[in-house]
This record gives sequence, C-alpha cells and structure tokens, in this order.
Amino acid sequence: MDLNYAPEDLAFQAEVRAFLRDKLPADLAARVGEGENLSKADYEYWHAALNEKGWLAGNWPRKFGGQEWSAVQKHIFDEACAFARAPRIIPFGVGMLAPVLMAFGSRAQQDYYLPRILSGQDWWCQGYSEPGAGSDLASLKTRAVREGDHYIVNGQKTWTTLGQYANKIFCLVRTDPAAKQQEGISFLLIDMDSPGIEVRPIILIDGVHEVNEVWFTDVKVPVENLVGQENKGWTYAKYLLTHERTGIAGVGASRAGLEALKRVARTELQNGRPLIEDPLFAARLARIEIDLMAMATLNLRMVAAADAGAAPGAESSMLKVKGSIIRQQINDLARRAVGPWAMPFVPESDGNLFHPGPEYAAKASNVYLNNRKISIYGGSNEVQRGIITKAILGL
Amino acid sequence: MDFNHTDERRMLAESLRRTLARGADWAALAELGVLGALFTETEGGFGGAGFDLAVVFEELGRAGCTEPVLEAGLAGGLLADAGRGDLVERIIAGDLKVTLGWQEPGLRYETGPISTRAEADHVTGKKSFVTNAEGAGLILVTALRNGTPHLFALAPDTPGVTLHTTPALMGGTISELTLTAAAAELIGPADLGARLAAATLAVCADTLGVMETVKTMTLDYLRTRTQFGRPIGSFQALQHRMADVAIEIEMARSAVINLAGGLDAADRDRQVSATKSLIGRTARLVAEESIQMHGGIAMTEAYALAPLARRLIAADHRFGDEDWHLARFIRLS
Repeated sequence: MDLNYAPEDLAFQAEVRAFLRDKLPADLAARVGEGENLSKADYEYWHAALNEKGWLAGNWPRKFGGQEWSAVQKHIFDEACAFARAPRIIPFGVGMLAPVLMAFGSRAQQDYYLPRILSGQDWWCQGYSEPGAGSDLASLKTRAVREGDHYIVNGQKTWTTLGQYANKIFCLVRTDPAAKQQEGISFLLIDMDSPGIEVRPIILIDGVHEVNEVWFTDVKVPVENLVGQENKGWTYAKYLLTHERTGIAGVGASRAGLEALKRVARTELQNGRPLIEDPLFAARLARIEIDLMAMATLNLRMVAAADAGAAPGAESSMLKVKGSIIRQQINDLARRAVGPWAMPFVPESDGNLFHPGPEYAAKASNVYLNNRKISIYGGSNEVQRGIITKAILGL
Repeated sequence: MDFNHTDERRMLAESLRRTLARGADWAALAELGVLGALFTETEGGFGGAGFDLAVVFEELGRAGCTEPVLEAGLAGGLLADAGRGDLVERIIAGDLKVTLGWQEPGLRYETGPISTRAEADHVTGKKSFVTNAEGAGLILVTALRNGTPHLFALAPDTPGVTLHTTPALMGGTISELTLTAAAAELIGPADLGARLAAATLAVCADTLGVMETVKTMTLDYLRTRTQFGRPIGSFQALQHRMADVAIEIEMARSAVINLAGGLDAADRDRQVSATKSLIGRTARLVAEESIQMHGGIAMTEAYALAPLARRLIAADHRFGDEDWHLARFIRLS
C-alpha cells in the first residue's frame, strides 16, 4: 500500500500546475469560480490553449494525436484543472464521441472527425435523451429511415447541452422499430445546419440557457455518417457512457468549491465573528471535508484499478452517486453561507440587473439550483444505484 | 383537544383557495378579508391570532401568490402597535401597500446593531433585503434616534431615497434601500419582537402551503410519467422517498400548529426557533427530493415546480435559517 503518486506523476502534476499558472487567465478562472456562465469564445480559447500544448486529449492514443496518458495522469490533469478553476473541456467531442470513433468508426471517419475535434473546428453536442426516454434511454423514438444513400431522420432530442454552439450532433436513432428495444438503434453523425433541424432553447431553474430541444423534420443524413453497423448503436452508446467515468466524481471541482466556501465563511460575519467559527457551520463544513478526503481516495483506488487494466465498470456508479452528493452539499452550504444575500435572484436572462452584496454571493443560489442537475444527468443517481445493486451486489 | 380550525377560519381558507385559483389580485385579496385577518378587532381587523395567520399564509403559499401580504402584516402590525389606526385602516382596505426595512448589510439575520441613523427626522443609512418595496406606498425602516432604534416611515419617492431592486428568490422583489438624509416620519420606538415572530410564522405557514402543492405535483408526476413501461411511482425506490416526504410535511404541519398556538406564549421565541429550524430543514428536503424524483423536467423554468422550489429554498433565508434558529433554540432552552 502506497498512497503517494510515483515521482514521475508528481513531476507531471507540477508541470500541469505550472502550465495553469502560466496560461489560465485570472479573470477567466474567477468567472468559473463564481459560477458565471461562460461564452462560446471562453470555451474555445481554453480548448485552443490546451490543444497547443497537446493536452486537450492527453489520454488519446498517440496515433490519433494524444499523449497516451495513464489513468493516473488523466486524473492528475483533470483535478489540477478543476482546482485551478479552468473552464471544463466540453466533453461531447473529446471525451465521448472520439473514443467511439476510435473503437467503432471507419478509418475515413477517424481521419476526418478526430483532427477536427482537436482543432476545435467541430463543436459536438449529444443527441441521446428524448422527452419520453430519460432514464429509460433505450425507449427512444427518433426514427431514421434508409432511402437510397441517405437516412431520413424525424423526431426530437432533449437536454442537448450547449447545442446552440454546436455544428455537429451525434444521435441515437431507431432504425429497426420491429426489433427488441436495444437492438434497433443506430449511431448517426449529423450536421446541425442540415435543413429540417431546429434548436429550441430550454431555460433552466436558475434562468440559464444551457440546454436545448433539437427537433428533426425529414433531415437527410448521408449513410456514410453511420458509425459502425446499423442497429448496433446501443453497444456504442453504452461504450460511450462507460468511458472515462473515473472523472465523474468531480473531486477537483469539490475541492475548489470547498476552498471557496471556506474563504466565504472566513469573510461572512455571524454575530460579529467569522461564520467559520460558528460551531454548527463548522461541523457541517468539517463533515463534508471528511467525506471529500475519503472520496478522493475512493476515486484514486478506481483510477489505479483502471491503470492496472480493469475495465471501467459499475464502480464508476459509486463515484457518480457519492461525488454528486458531495458537490451538491458544498453548493448547499455555499448558499447558506451567504445568508440573506442568497435572496436576490438575478437570472442570466436579466444579466444587466443590479446584484447587491459581495461578489461571492451573487451566484450562490443560481449555482445551488443549477447543480441539482448533477444527480439527474448522465444516468440519475437512482439509475446508478440500480446498476450497483445488480452489477456489484448481485441482487 | 380539537385540531380543527374554527368555521370562520375554514370558510376563509376555502374562499381564499377558490379566489387564488382564479388568480386573485391585491384588490380581490383585500375584498376577501385577507388583510383584515392579519389584524385583531381592536386594531381594526377581525383576526390577528396565530391560527388566522396560519390559515391565510398556507393558502397563499399553496397558490404561489407573491402579493405583499406578509409585509402588510409585518409593517402594518408595527403601525398598529404605534397606534396608527389611520394607516392600518388603509392597509386593511387594500389602499396602501407597506413594507419594512429591518435588515442591514453585514448583519445576516440579526436585527442589530444597526447603523442607519436619524437626525431631526432625516434618515441616513442602508437597509437591505427589503421585500416588495417596489409598489409599496410606504416603507418603514429602523434607524437610531438618540442612540436607540426607532421606526420611521417614508414614501419611496422621497428625495434621498434610492431603491436597487432585483427579483427575489421566493418571487416578488427584493431591494437595497439607500437613504441619504431622507425626510421621514417618526413612528415610535422600534420593538420588533412580536411582529417578527408573527412574520416568521407567516413564512412557515406559507412554506407549508408550498410544500403541499409540490407534494401534489410530484405525486401526479409519479403516477403519470412512465419509464421502462410503467409509471415511475411503481418503483419502490421512489415510493419510499415520497413516503418520507409525506411524513416530513406532516411534521412541518404539526410544527406550524405548535407555533400558531404558541405565538403569545411566554416562551414564544423558543417556539419560533423550533418551528423555523424544522421548516428550513424540511423545505430544503422537499425541494430537493421533488426535483430529483421528477428528473430533468423539474430543472426547467417552463415547468411550474421551478418557482415553488425556489420559494422553498428562499424560506430558509428569511428571518433566520435552520442553523441560526437551532442555535437560538439551544440558547433559549
């Protein structure tokens, strides 16, 4: 048993931190830290900075332009970035579609799409969920009918994150309605500027336009945009969902959130004394920190197992459940910490409205509300518990 | 022992519920007697007891009503205490909207020590978290006069009064009030305790009403949303969570009854803190669980749960949060 990183990993960690000190603009990190919504240009800027260093897709194989990072290196990189409050790497191309193309795509698809993901030429979004297919994803209804050398796609996707910025969408579509649910699904790559696609914004509970509905009306998609085999899409979808799950715990984000929360609690006064000295508040804070310390090791145990060759499996569901709860508890406490400053509620759509009080309080309620999504998206915590029950516990 | 409301209160609750369902405005609420129910007969109303408040505010919460009724009871009550029947009469008639600025930046949930001061009836200072000041004809503020807190009344359009207003998490508006030698009328010494206790009961009852609506919405969704070929409410994992929510809401109702009955008791403030701490804890549970059991749809502004969930969360930031009242309960026990 050795709880420490190997010397070469520590050297890598130092290199990543130095890079972040050097390249991550302070104002951008501050905006990430305060929960502001970033612009498309913000994401593209950071994406390009990482790509220039060769770190946008450090865990990709070298033949596709990556560095073949180990799971430990990937973890070190992700944690350092999150702790430094770097913008998140939009995962849909780099982390989701790319592994699917590497495993199941044609040579032509790999040669065409992977470099465009790295260069930022393509911004991908995800066409998975539908209004009637959330937790029960396999019940999806969006239909693709083969006509000559095209598919004709009709249907509706939802919860399409940042679809308003995307020029491409990867979609699960039903190609064989007669087959058993999971066996009639295919994986299609679709241009967002195709005639018949309409993107409609969904405003979330914190007033943010983050997700969208994407409607398809007789959208023509060339057959060469099919990934792998027709009706095998469910296999690829599951592959995508289980890929890179070791980052799902969000330990870096939680650590950054906890540090920010402590700063607030040292500044806010309760009865003339720093809030952090209030025994009830201090106890809440301590309990979360204790959980986070154990969470970090749980995460590392799974990262180490991945490097030892274990396939990513149901253990990642544990990371998702516990990691999301810890992040949400931090957001909850951050909202409480600002006291009555949490009451002025300025949705993004009213961005020019005056917000009273300290900067750190401006988004406390919004972030708390927005991050209720963490235990819902990517397979709700109920779905994750179901996976744990079956795959790990054998019940 | 009798846990039924009087006939009068039941009738008020029922007609209020019907009227609110039709989308009642301020005049309709006044006509129905909602404002009169906040005041005792000697004050010019026909209610004013803890259970009057509990009945009225539960219905307002149930309907998600954002009219400034709480402010009418809080500021109006202080005016009644000061013998200003002339103003109370206008409030009850629905002719005058009022609010109270009692908080200041940096004091969190404490009533003092305040910094706003009055010299020769001109007030200078900053009041924060003033709810529904937008549209109010009269704003009461606390200010130091000869070193002790007094109440002053001023019209929002008085020179030297600046309002910075944003939407409030619970609905309605919230303002920061900057006063620069603003001419104000002295109302009298500021003794807020009883009226803040009543306002805290109002928030608790309002929150109870919101929770009842949220429970109904969530139950409807559990019954109608299907995944995996059956209603999601047929999954035991969700059934048990919904059962816990139902239990906690009945606990909350009981806590509101405790406070409504104890509003005039010698240990009033201890009862206030017991109920408000429990309500803060329960409201957050109900908000979080209802969102989680709904799933993504509950995250959207277009779905009616969103403003109600925000109102549940906001309740914990009004008149002291769960921990503030927990500490106060310990202190008073």
